[in-house]
Amino acid sequence: MAKGTILIDEDRCKGCELCTTVCPFDLVHIANHFNAKGYRPSTLVDPEGKCTGCTLCARMCPDVAITVYREGG
Amino acid sequence: MEKKAGFAKPEALTDALTHYCPGCTHGIIHRLIAEVIDELGIREITIGIAPVGCAVLAYNYFNLDFAEAAHGRAPAMATGLKRVQPDKVVFTYQGDGDLAAIGTAEIVHAASRGENITTIFINNAIYGMTGGQMAPTTLPGQVTTSTPFGRDVKLAGHPLRVAELIATTSGAAYVVRRMVTKPATIASAKKAIKLAFQAQRAELGFSLVEILSSCPTNWGLSPLEALEWVEENMASYYPLGDYKVIDEVKSLK
Repeated sequence: MAKGTILIDEDRCKGCELCTTVCPFDLVHIANHFNAKGYRPSTLVDPEGKCTGCTLCARMCPDVAITVYREGG
Repeated sequence: MEKKAGFAKPEALTDALTHYCPGCTHGIIHRLIAEVIDELGIREITIGIAPVGCAVLAYNYFNLDFAEAAHGRAPAMATGLKRVQPDKVVFTYQGDGDLAAIGTAEIVHAASRGENITTIFINNAIYGMTGGQMAPTTLPGQVTTSTPFGRDVKLAGHPLRVAELIATTSGAAYVVRRMVTKPATIASAKKAIKLAFQAQRAELGFSLVEILSSCPTNWGLSPLEALEWVEENMASYYPLGDYKVIDEVKSLK
């Protein structure tokens, strides 16, 4: 299985949650803290390294807050 | 561990943060257009026309040449820009209050003349920027600030189906309706936007992609509920589909 990860630009995020329902492994959640705009941003919770870099979360994001990386491309 | 970006901001978008409400699908559609422009390599020759409405500031978000039209007049402005600079790619980005209300004459005649331009039409069944009043596309029975008991079609008339209307014009080459509610429908919308731009580059005539969009703030729903509302309520009145695809466009696929 391909390995990947995502980087969420917290201060771009508006906490809309659209990214949280599409992850096949349910790895994207809303954080408990607030960002500079006062929204609770989404965050990657992936202690077991399950993210494959499938990009579904990033494709749902209306604010281009998510960059997806894949190991070795 | 070497990592390559699998997904990042397209070059045709600026770094600016949008003023759109959380979960508004304008942001998704902006990104799709920018991705298509990057993929076609036309960023330096593309001119966008911003509407009046929530997307009035779109020129701040696209890393392209942009013009701002008076309310509803984007197709008229696009006509002029395209006719004097036929080598450019010209598109309008218009909402339903702009295109289907005050700008109905402009869009119908631009399509009828077969102007070689592309229109991305955002239908969210409400006036967003002005505070959630009834739009021509508001569904029967839908509650808005100006129809607090729901749209009564006997009083306020019936919603306008724009893609079907434009598809009847002889000048239109490519007219489709899509939505952006989940990754699969977003991918389908992107393909349609790409084909619309390709049709323009091949000088095949007018192209319009209508996209069912959400307005969580004025619908009074959460962003996720709003996407469900699009699928459950809007998609039945405004069926997705290809309403006019001339043979020359089909052969572009």
